[in-house]
Amino acid sequence: MKIKQLSIFLQNRMGSLSKPLEVLSNANVNIRAMCMADTSEFGILRLVVDNPEKGKEVLEENNFLVKITDIIGVEMNDTPGGLTTVLKIIKDNEIDLEYLYAFSHEKEGKAILLLHAEDIDKLASVMQENDITVVPADEVYNL
Amino acid sequence: MFWNEEIETMPRQDLEELQLKKLQATVKRAFDKIPYYNKRYTEAEVFPEDIETLKDIEKLPFITKDELRESYPFGLFAVDIKEIKELHSSSGTTGKPVVSGYTKKDLDTWAETIARGLTMMGIGEDDILQNTHGYGMFTGGFGVHYGSHKVGAAIIPISTGQTRRQIEIMKDFGTTGLIFTPSYGIHLGEIALEDGIDPKELGIKAIGFGAEGWTEEIRQRVEEIFGCKAYNIYGLTELMGPGVGVECEAQQGLHIAEDIFYPEIIDPNTGNVIGGEKPGELVLTNLEREGMPVIRFRTKDLTKLTYEKCSCGRTHARMSRITGRSDDMIKVKGVAIFPSQIEKALLKVGDVEPHYMIIVTRPETLDEIEVKVEASKDLFFDGVKEMMSIQQKIAKSIENETGIRVKVTLVEPKSLPRFEGKAKRVIDERNLH
Repeated sequence: MKIKQLSIFLQNRMGSLSKPLEVLSNANVNIRAMCMADTSEFGILRLVVDNPEKGKEVLEENNFLVKITDIIGVEMNDTPGGLTTVLKIIKDNEIDLEYLYAFSHEKEGKAILLLHAEDIDKLASVMQENDITVVPADEVYNL
Repeated sequence: MFWNEEIETMPRQDLEELQLKKLQATVKRAFDKIPYYNKRYTEAEVFPEDIETLKDIEKLPFITKDELRESYPFGLFAVDIKEIKELHSSSGTTGKPVVSGYTKKDLDTWAETIARGLTMMGIGEDDILQNTHGYGMFTGGFGVHYGSHKVGAAIIPISTGQTRRQIEIMKDFGTTGLIFTPSYGIHLGEIALEDGIDPKELGIKAIGFGAEGWTEEIRQRVEEIFGCKAYNIYGLTELMGPGVGVECEAQQGLHIAEDIFYPEIIDPNTGNVIGGEKPGELVLTNLEREGMPVIRFRTKDLTKLTYEKCSCGRTHARMSRITGRSDDMIKVKGVAIFPSQIEKALLKVGDVEPHYMIIVTRPETLDEIEVKVEASKDLFFDGVKEMMSIQQKIAKSIENETGIRVKVTLVEPKSLPRFEGKAKRVIDERNLH
């Protein structure tokens, strides 16, 4: 159920994003979703790829600092208010969300929201209790 | 104007005879009274009677900061503590501090060196001298203080800081002489200008500065701001304090008080004395000191000496401005920092020592240090908040270790240059040399 996300440390300077992406592309690792958290000096690149283990391995071979972080993906309606519904549940259950990003896919009218919180298990069970579909990891890897 | 004309203009031959006599006496006293020298010289099979000429000093082993530290606190004193009248010490941020002990006569000798320097700068009994060097264990404050008493100037022992009050006092008291570090001096001048006071109008006659690196451009800037000449003062706690060398009105190098300190220039790699006027590491020997004679101290400061008679009439050797260090010490805001301290601070944060680099810059007039640290598994979390707090934690740890606030930047692994053998940890972009 949990998705293995790659978190990569990068310095904030020109061109620093292209190198890791090149490494992944050379290794034939496909990126499903990405987001970037940045400060004036450094950034954390977060990627969901089709093969996290392989991605981590090739990035580390190229001296990148990589961590695998567990996140979950939930399905939401790709309509106005879709995101708000999910966020309200999280807030009502007093879960401190660390970050989130989203992408839409082929499934008509649905988008996938990727979420990370300190207590990822609690987040997942709260989602299920509230009838939000938690997307299996394999489904996200192999979209 | 001379403070001690006979000594300061003594013909070289007479001066060297005087130096030899004092050197022989110093070596004998050290050998007889201080176990460290006795052991060291016995091991090296060199004895006081082997010093027959000045050149024979080269037979004696060097002493370094490490040995001074090992003898902490009073291991190198040649007299009983009841003879010691004052104690000073380096800040001790790099491990155990170096202690310096002074007898009554030593304090007088110290004052003598500064009195000669103040006279070179044209400061005498008619003057009011504002001393912004810190008073305390640091030798800068008190050295100047005693010298000022000797020449009969009125000293204002204001210490560093309280910049606006400094300016007010300059104006109200009619300060004619200033002692400061170059960067503080420029800061002082800028604040005065901000407040609508032109430092040139303050009637400052002379400035003495030192305790940190500077360039001719910085000197010119200081001289322009205050409308008077600025003179370099050199010294170090191990040997006495400020006053080892001071510039005369010719501003062509600092006259070393050669009847009090014997200077040599060595090749820092081989330890051999370099002849002629070639640059190298300055080695100093106390010729007059009772409390704690230091013989052949490696200063690690790079400079060169000239023995040519100066246009001012003085015959004592002149050293040029310090052009660098033979070790990796950096002086920032007047504080000495070694990369080893940064290492220690980094080890306190993580379990493993990360690769790092120190970059020193001077964007305006004040020094800034940036420490680049390669992020590692230990130092990487999937959250901006955590990463920021690691940077802060490292900065805090470095501040605790060195007393200096630094900027910490986490960089990618393997992104800093690697070196074969001894790593170069410091990039000094201040262009001081």
